[in-house]
Amino acid sequence: MSVPLPPIDELIACPRCDTLHQCRVLAETERAACARCGTLLITPRTRSFLHVVALSFTAMILMVAAVFFPFLGISSHGLSHESSVFEAAMAFSDGWLAPLSLAVLLAIVLLPVARFIALIYTLWPLANGRPALRHAAFAFRFAEELQPWSMAEIFVIGTGVALVKVAGLAEISFGPAFWAFCALIVVTVLKTAFMSKWTIWEAIGR
Amino acid sequence: MTDAAPFLTATDAGLTGCTSCGRVWPAGTARCGRCGAHLHPVGTASLQPVWAWWAAGLIFYIPANLFPMLLTATLTGHQQNTILGGAVELAQHGSWGVAGIIFLASILIPISKFIAIAYLAIAVGTERRAGGHRHLLLYEVVEFIGRWSMIDVFVVAVLSALVQLGFVASIHPGPAAAAFALSVAFTMLSAQSFDPRLIWRGPTENE
Ligand SMILES: [Zn+2]
Ligand SMILES: [Zn+2]
Repeated sequence: MSVPLPPIDELIACPRCDTLHQCRVLAETERAACARCGTLLITPRTRSFLHVVALSFTAMILMVAAVFFPFLGISSHGLSHESSVFEAAMAFSDGWLAPLSLAVLLAIVLLPVARFIALIYTLWPLANGRPALRHAAFAFRFAEELQPWSMAEIFVIGTGVALVKVAGLAEISFGPAFWAFCALIVVTVLKTAFMSKWTIWEAIGR
Repeated sequence: MTDAAPFLTATDAGLTGCTSCGRVWPAGTARCGRCGAHLHPVGTASLQPVWAWWAAGLIFYIPANLFPMLLTATLTGHQQNTILGGAVELAQHGSWGVAGIIFLASILIPISKFIAIAYLAIAVGTERRAGGHRHLLLYEVVEFIGRWSMIDVFVVAVLSALVQLGFVASIHPGPAAAAFALSVAFTMLSAQSFDPRLIWRGPTENE
């Protein structure tokens, strides 16, 4: 029972089962999982902070393209209509459904962009070997906590389902924004895969 | 005296772990000194918000299914589709794959989620469970899959923005879209409020 504990700043508590572990800096491809529940405590650091910063910049540029270029077009019986991502979010703006428009805009555009900015703010100085900026801890926690609410990838799948629904009704054309959005998903997945949360916290919390 | 636990938890060591960044602090510390997150000691107090969000999500799930999700006007007339109606219609047109996605995301996943969260909250509330691994897996599935239910809201958004062809065909969102979005958001909050560390607490000693 009375095993002497290592210093408190060398300990890590599993967020899923509360088990204490002593942590050490791992080699680049090593990972550490909780001995009791198997949760990954330290993901391998496959790429540097600079890669994550570069991908966040790319994702932001793609998002700008996705919002301002035409997204999808439809034509039937000589009539045609084009829609942007912004208009898709504004689809609920009539009457009392309006707050839903804001929620959709937040989920597919604003929150993803806010997260990219927060990541760049956190990691840019670290990537250059400088100490973290003053609000880096807040920015990174903000980016992590908002992750479930940023739903760009779900929006893309939803678009696919919508297209199948109208496929028999009309002809569909894809605008540049559609492809920008698809590329954005790939970039976001890569960015998440390259990030090691624990390594970033260690770098911020020095 | 309990038999020696093979794993020392932060709580047993008189510490509180930060669920956001993993650092540990002496019990009673309010905020994590590294990431600034609020520190929560492991305890059943966290189950109250779980149940509150759960109930809110369930309440909004009812109008989400009763009211129309889509209002369609075509040359042949007006049509209103509920969530289930939309999936059934797709299946009748032979789009089995997409009908399956909608049925899964809007009906099967939400209902399973209500059952799963309630089961986990009851199981840790009574502390008569074994098999933390199975419960943690269930929790992680619920946490991962919950946000995907939002798919139907985006389908309605894209359809309503795109299909605006005057008298030929036009689609408008119905009130169920808002109710459904709220229901999904509330269940996500319910799952997020649940503290998975509760799963691993042993039965209380005086039981
Ligand atoms: Zn664990
Ligand atoms: Zn923390």
